[in-house]
Amino acid sequence: MSGGALRIEALTVNLGGFHLRELTLEVAAGEYLVIVGPTGAGKTVLLETLAGLRRPQAGRLYLDGAEITRLPPERRGIGFVYQDYALFPHLTVAENIAFGLRLRGARRAELEQRVASLAGMLGLERLLDRRPATLSGGEAQRVALARALAVEPRLLLLDEPLSSLDPATRAALREELARLHRTLGTTTIHVTHDFEEAFTLGDRVAVIHHGRLRQVGPPAEVFRHPRDETVARFVGMGNIFAGTPLDGGRFRLQGGPVLLTAEERAGAAHAAVRPEEILLSRQPPQAENRFQGRLVALEDRGAILRLRVEVPPAFEVWMTRRAFERLAPRLGERLWVSFPASAVHLF
Amino acid sequence: MRRVRIEPMVWLFAALGALIVLFVAAPLVWTVGSVSPSALWQAVSEAEVREAVSLTLWASLVATLLALLTGVPLAYLLARYDFPGKRLVEGIIDVPIVVPHSAAGIALLLIFGRKAIVGRLLAPLGLSFVAAVPGIVVAMLFVSLSFLVDAARDGFAAVDPRLERVARTLGASPWQAFWRVALPLAWRSILSGMIMMWARGLSEFGAVVILAYHPMVAPVLIFERFEAYGLDYALPVAALMILISLMVFVLLRMTTRRRAGRLG
Repeated sequence: MSGGALRIEALTVNLGGFHLRELTLEVAAGEYLVIVGPTGAGKTVLLETLAGLRRPQAGRLYLDGAEITRLPPERRGIGFVYQDYALFPHLTVAENIAFGLRLRGARRAELEQRVASLAGMLGLERLLDRRPATLSGGEAQRVALARALAVEPRLLLLDEPLSSLDPATRAALREELARLHRTLGTTTIHVTHDFEEAFTLGDRVAVIHHGRLRQVGPPAEVFRHPRDETVARFVGMGNIFAGTPLDGGRFRLQGGPVLLTAEERAGAAHAAVRPEEILLSRQPPQAENRFQGRLVALEDRGAILRLRVEVPPAFEVWMTRRAFERLAPRLGERLWVSFPASAVHLF
Repeated sequence: MRRVRIEPMVWLFAALGALIVLFVAAPLVWTVGSVSPSALWQAVSEAEVREAVSLTLWASLVATLLALLTGVPLAYLLARYDFPGKRLVEGIIDVPIVVPHSAAGIALLLIFGRKAIVGRLLAPLGLSFVAAVPGIVVAMLFVSLSFLVDAARDGFAAVDPRLERVARTLGASPWQAFWRVALPLAWRSILSGMIMMWARGLSEFGAVVILAYHPMVAPVLIFERFEAYGLDYALPVAALMILISLMVFVLLRMTTRRRAGRLG
């Protein structure tokens, strides 16, 4: 079984306060694409438009090469899982899963066999006679997935599937989603505001902000090389400084020192360094970029600690607890921050 | 054991409340209580009474089914869509509640009368509205349809529209999504709206009496017996109608309570 390929061409949706502007994006057959954007960026509206539940103002949609822009949802073969599951409360778990098959007039034996196989795949065997109101969040989410997968959609749309779950359930379901995708190969679009999900699940990630596609690519690439300041902030870049590029791979920070960089980008206006790539030491380190500054703030987050060192500019630095305890820095102390040229990203 | 002091305010409110409850309950209980079972039985065994009661029940049921057929689709539209003039439509549906029912009867006469537009149009089909059963149905429909439409609209509004959207992505046409999702989930509200409308139709006097004094529905029969023969003669029929209405009412409470229990 394999999924369909989706092409979104210049899709524009106007909906009160929300606008999606000329979104163009391709999703390959069998790909798992994670769309990230801040809460309220209209990600649900985008998915509902793809599913045919809303009419776009402009643009075209193609599934496996055939245009589906004006096709009603029931003829698209696109599955949808809402954030809070939207299970049919008047039906049992088994009836929920069988809903789409029944509409297709599946024979009873085929129906039962398919429900049983999906229930087995998602660990729902013991819940088949229960009503949705009696299920936990994780169970309800599995039922919603089984219901959508039952009709073998060419494309599966997941609207923040992990957001309303507690952390333990979320981790379990995240693995489950990855496993299901490996097994079934259904083309999947998963929207979330959590970049972490893109890392564990996505073949590619697309960042949407203010109704526009800002960047799309493999998660590691977007994470390391955000294209602009918005994306950089969204992926947790941390240290983003304005400045101007100089020749020889150097970059002058506004009102601050010159950084050595491994890349050259004429016209770049920002340099960014991830807080976990910066080292902190008492002795002057061997590094392409090293500056002395004062430790001005410290936030204990348990496994990691967030520190701020005022050079200027102020660098945010993340340390593991082990590294922190070995160095044992004190507030107000003068320390060295250092990082390799390759850790500096320009955009 | 902790004793909870009851505030003077609560005592006062309870006393005032008891007064109004008594005001409603006492006449009803008194009426039923003052009729001996044999007098009640005698009333039931009178052909005129039996015919009036069964005509009342039937006519109101037909009115309710007509509203089910036309009012429930409207209720769905009102719950699901915003359109220009929606407030006006909602207002029109609720107007019969505030219009004096005898005035409503006069208004219906102007449309359904023998020489009026609809009356003349439907006459060739053998439908006559004055002094005939269709007139009774029309009068009952007019004064009671608000109850069903409002209940059905609230029922549909309580169904998450995303359930129908999910159904569509699973292959349901709009029609199938309505039948398999919206309607089953709103059904109890619709049913209690139907019972409410039916009960309201049973009790209608003002509009019915203007369109069709004959054939006589039970409320008209009670009025006629009271006017022509006095209280003693009207009482058993009145008691009978109170009992029937109470049964309908209990039925209504049972359907609504079971719904509350299921959600809880």
